[in-house]
Amino acid sequence: MLKILKYSFYDLMRSRWSYVYFAFYLLLGVVLLFLNNDLSKAVITLMNVIIVLVPLIGTIFGVMYYYNSKEFTELLLAQPLKRSSIFLGQYLGVALSLSMSLILGLGLPFVCYGLFESSAIWDFSLLLITGTFLTLIFTALAFNIAMSNENKIKGFGYAILLWLFLAVIYDGLFLMTLIMFEDYPLDKLSLIGTMLNPIDLSRTLILLKLDISALLGYTGAVFKQFFGTSFGLIVSFVTLIIWVVLPVLRIVYKSKKKDF
Amino acid sequence: MKNIIPFLIVVFMTSSTIAQTINVCKTCPISTLKGAINQAKDFDTIIVKKGSYKEHNILINKPLTIIGKGYPVIDGELKGEIITITANNVTVDGLFIINVGTSYTEDYAAVRVRRSKNFVIQNLVLEKLFFGIYIEKSRDGKIFHNKIIGDAVEEYNSGNGIQLWYSKNIEIEHNFVQHVRDGIYLEFSDFCTIKNNVSSLNVRYGLHFMFSNDDIYQDNTFDNNGAGVAVMFSKRIKMHNNIFKKNWGTASYGMLLKEINDAEIIGNSFEDNTIGINIEGSNRIIYKHNNFSNNGWAIKIKGACYTNTFTKNNFLYNSFDIAYNSKVNDNTFDKNYWSNYTGYDLDKDGTGDVPYRPVKLFSYIVNRTPETIILLRSMFIDIIDFSEKVSPVFTPDNLLDNEPQIKKMTW
Repeated sequence: MLKILKYSFYDLMRSRWSYVYFAFYLLLGVVLLFLNNDLSKAVITLMNVIIVLVPLIGTIFGVMYYYNSKEFTELLLAQPLKRSSIFLGQYLGVALSLSMSLILGLGLPFVCYGLFESSAIWDFSLLLITGTFLTLIFTALAFNIAMSNENKIKGFGYAILLWLFLAVIYDGLFLMTLIMFEDYPLDKLSLIGTMLNPIDLSRTLILLKLDISALLGYTGAVFKQFFGTSFGLIVSFVTLIIWVVLPVLRIVYKSKKKDF
Repeated sequence: MKNIIPFLIVVFMTSSTIAQTINVCKTCPISTLKGAINQAKDFDTIIVKKGSYKEHNILINKPLTIIGKGYPVIDGELKGEIITITANNVTVDGLFIINVGTSYTEDYAAVRVRRSKNFVIQNLVLEKLFFGIYIEKSRDGKIFHNKIIGDAVEEYNSGNGIQLWYSKNIEIEHNFVQHVRDGIYLEFSDFCTIKNNVSSLNVRYGLHFMFSNDDIYQDNTFDNNGAGVAVMFSKRIKMHNNIFKKNWGTASYGMLLKEINDAEIIGNSFEDNTIGINIEGSNRIIYKHNNFSNNGWAIKIKGACYTNTFTKNNFLYNSFDIAYNSKVNDNTFDKNYWSNYTGYDLDKDGTGDVPYRPVKLFSYIVNRTPETIILLRSMFIDIIDFSEKVSPVFTPDNLLDNEPQIKKMTW
């Protein structure tokens, strides 16, 4: 598996898209810092961008890579290799190279700007960690979609739909549900609703750091326990890990069953 | 010249006979403060030397000056009130007063001033107290440079640091109050000045006004209290250059205004509060040159607030700038700087060309269904906020800043 990971990783590192992706984040970081002149404000703006863009790029890239390397995958399948290791290797190759572009692209300008001396370092590292998690989750979901659809157009369509649903539509439905049932105690429901969507989950994680003063304004024991203590942070991370593990398990399962 | 010398001698002799100095210490002829007060004549000075004195119910009923040298400890042994002043022109200086009794029927205080004028209470340190300094129906006094550290946990069984009741013209300056119920509390007290105090970690409010008019407070710091300052049912209060920070919690405010008319709120800074200012039923208030940064809500306006003006304030990185729960608006927002402003300034006059709407649709939704706060900063919320900005339906459509500033203001 490691060999395939290495191969995929180097292959992607050489590809133009990784550089474009890296350059995009580099530019974003530099421009934000240039315009804001303030690290913590830049971190907030960055959060808005990361929450939306990282899943989008992860999904598109994952689907694209899978379809593009299909012939090579078929060649590998003819060799005495475990199927799960072929697909996991490819998946990790994509996910890690994307994460690396993200971390380096955003990290470099911020470090140059003097991140280590600023108090925003924890907020920023949290941002990078959630960004990495989102990449891992959405690449895995993309691989799942691509493996289930032979038709490229259909695959891409589903991938974009998935992103649109989780990034925008889900929140709309969530908001409607909350308003419709406003007569009932909703704090548990709202927390569970957040857990079910990785984008919402990462958003809450960052809110915990940035908007804690507003979040504490709501009277509710469950909310208070969740946001007021490290309990929220721990639960969020555990759920994020589950969000990575489940799609990856499905990749393994699917790769064993699939006909080529 | 010849006349002056005998005159001076006469003055010197009379003054030395009138104002004697009495020393109190463990080995002196007079070893208790009570005894010294009994022996003293009007306008005498009592000097209390270093040591520990177990006394309570000390009544000062003549104009005396009591000075502690090296912070002598007056220990009330939790038996009740410690010092009560009922005469005019009394000065108490430099004592360390501990162990005030707790009672549910009487407000025991470390120092109580009752129906007196021209008193000075300064350089005291109060610890383990119920009420700290309690001024009752008195006037023209000074409370200066005291340190009050309580151990209050619950509201019902704790007292206030400095309490004024039916008093006038009191100056409260450079005091440091911590861990009591209300740091400083004014009830029916007019024309008082509260300056340069630090009031922090109190169970209820840092500073609390009730039915008190024409007072001024400035350059104070209110940090980490249940709520910073509560101003209620008062008129013409001036609030200048204070700092309100880190008042976090479900019912926590930097400042709480209730039934306040004709006040001035100028040059204050509100940082990291759940709600910067909570306003209810307050009219004709001027908000100017204030900084609101990193609050959950910078300003939350509840019902019945008319003709208030908000000019030249900085609103920096608050989760919500303004929450407003009615559709009618009679308040003016003008020439403020809003960090969330996204307009442009083509004619380069420093004012944005597009008006800013400080009330977002989402803050209206959160008001209605508080749980939706969990969707803060979601992309969907940004989209509906944008559509509300383009054509306001739920928020008052005349609540806007027509001249939003492009740059943060400094004064």
